[in-house]
Amino acid sequence: MKAAKFDYTKTNDVAEALSVLTAEDGDSKVLAGSQSLGPMMNLRLARPDRLIDIRALDALKAVTQAPDHLFVGALVTHAAIEDGILPDVTRGMIQHVAAGIAYRAVRNRGTIGGSLVHADPAGDWPAALRALGAQIVIDGPAGTREAAIDTFQLGAFTVALEEDEIVRGVRVPALSGSARWGYHKICRKPGEFAESIGAYVCDPESGIARLVLAATEDAPLQLDTAAAAIAQNDGAKFDLDAARMALTETGETFDPFKLRMHAVALHRAVAQAYGA
Amino acid sequence: MMETTLTINGESITATVEPRTTLADFLREQRRLTGIHLGCEHGVCGACTIMVDGEPVRSCILYAVSCDGAHIQTIEGSDTDPVIVALQASFTAHHGLQCGYCTPAMLFTARDIVTRLPDADEDRVRLELAGNICRCTGYAGIVRAIMAVLHDRRAKNE
Ligand SMILES: Cc1cc2nc3c(=O)[nH]c(=O)nc-3n(C[C@H](O)[C@H](O)[C@H](O)COP(=O)(O)OP(=O)(O)OC[C@H]3O[C@@H](n4cnc5c(N)ncnc54)[C@H](O)[C@@H]3O)c2cc1C
Repeated sequence: MKAAKFDYTKTNDVAEALSVLTAEDGDSKVLAGSQSLGPMMNLRLARPDRLIDIRALDALKAVTQAPDHLFVGALVTHAAIEDGILPDVTRGMIQHVAAGIAYRAVRNRGTIGGSLVHADPAGDWPAALRALGAQIVIDGPAGTREAAIDTFQLGAFTVALEEDEIVRGVRVPALSGSARWGYHKICRKPGEFAESIGAYVCDPESGIARLVLAATEDAPLQLDTAAAAIAQNDGAKFDLDAARMALTETGETFDPFKLRMHAVALHRAVAQAYGA
Repeated sequence: MMETTLTINGESITATVEPRTTLADFLREQRRLTGIHLGCEHGVCGACTIMVDGEPVRSCILYAVSCDGAHIQTIEGSDTDPVIVALQASFTAHHGLQCGYCTPAMLFTARDIVTRLPDADEDRVRLELAGNICRCTGYAGIVRAIMAVLHDRRAKNE
């Protein structure tokens, strides 16, 4: 199918982008890589009256390293991260995740910011950055604010972003030399949206241990109790039964097939982290 | 309607397009570059893959207006691209196509593989081809064709 009619504006000025977003007539959406919004509009699942193309906003392309984190501009593409042109603060984790998103032709245009805001339950950045404990940097009419990723995604395709705000970028915490991570996707075909995603990050130096399950019908699920136990035992006791138990203990209900698949994804992510 | 300027196969073109017109529809319908094929129109099948600013992209989910200023290469403008020419010969030699619907896009993905991943083995080639669907060949001929060009380029140190 083809997209419905819309007006189009392109700007290289953040303030102008924000002012177009607040225009009173009709609803406006920003356009980044077009790799989620394009399909949604072709399928007419999205019918915005106006698109504001933000690909020329240089402020959203910055990549800056600080001692404790890497700031990655919202417009940085999956392909750029895959190619390792960013400083590596996650011991290769974000590079690994980027390389597994869709196909190269999609990664050449798709952006990290677009993925976070699109908030597909099976999206890779929402899952991976949740496991890393990233901070989202948001521009709005009142200035810049920061939000923890834990509270950013409210559900499937829903984020805590006001209509007049845009994501400037994301702060990815730097992992120490003793940190471990694992990321496992279950897909029927490479590049397809996953049926299950398990993500695990543990950094003994900062005391962080995070276990995340994604590709449910909701926002990613964080399993803190299980993560703490895994970190304490260096992954040793986290077998499939333990993974299943951890999922049951979240209080969510999964059908037997999903439960099995999610348990495998979590188990493999942890096994990868401990080199098993 | 909006004015957009693109460099299409080396020629600068200024055209008036509706914002909702995709790059694929603009190139096919206004420029008659019908080597771009449309399958799913949501980025999955890969048949619309062309080169924008030197990289393969899906032309069915990009709007022409959002590509203002870009350099576009389609199969029609690839006769002077030695990598595409070598791949075309190899696809012919190794039975890399049957109906031909996926072929122009397949060639751009193949081009990306041989230029970006010169050390790719067969498994990697198959992985990279996951984003281009072919319903005739079973991929065997396509993989052989790409492997042959990879070997050739390695031998010549390209
Ligand atoms: C065939 C195919 C397969 C895919 N497979 C996967 C996959 O396996 N895993 C995965 O994670 N993703 C996958 N994707 C989606 C891809 O990662 C997209 O790139 C991403 O979801 C959206 O990024 P974008 O830059 O294209 O955003 P757009 O499509 O331009 O925008 C998406 C949404 O985010 C909003 N937005 C974008 N940028 C900002 C910003 N800076 N501030 C505020 N709002 C913003 C837009 O308004 C829109 O609502 C796939 C896409 C395709 C076409």
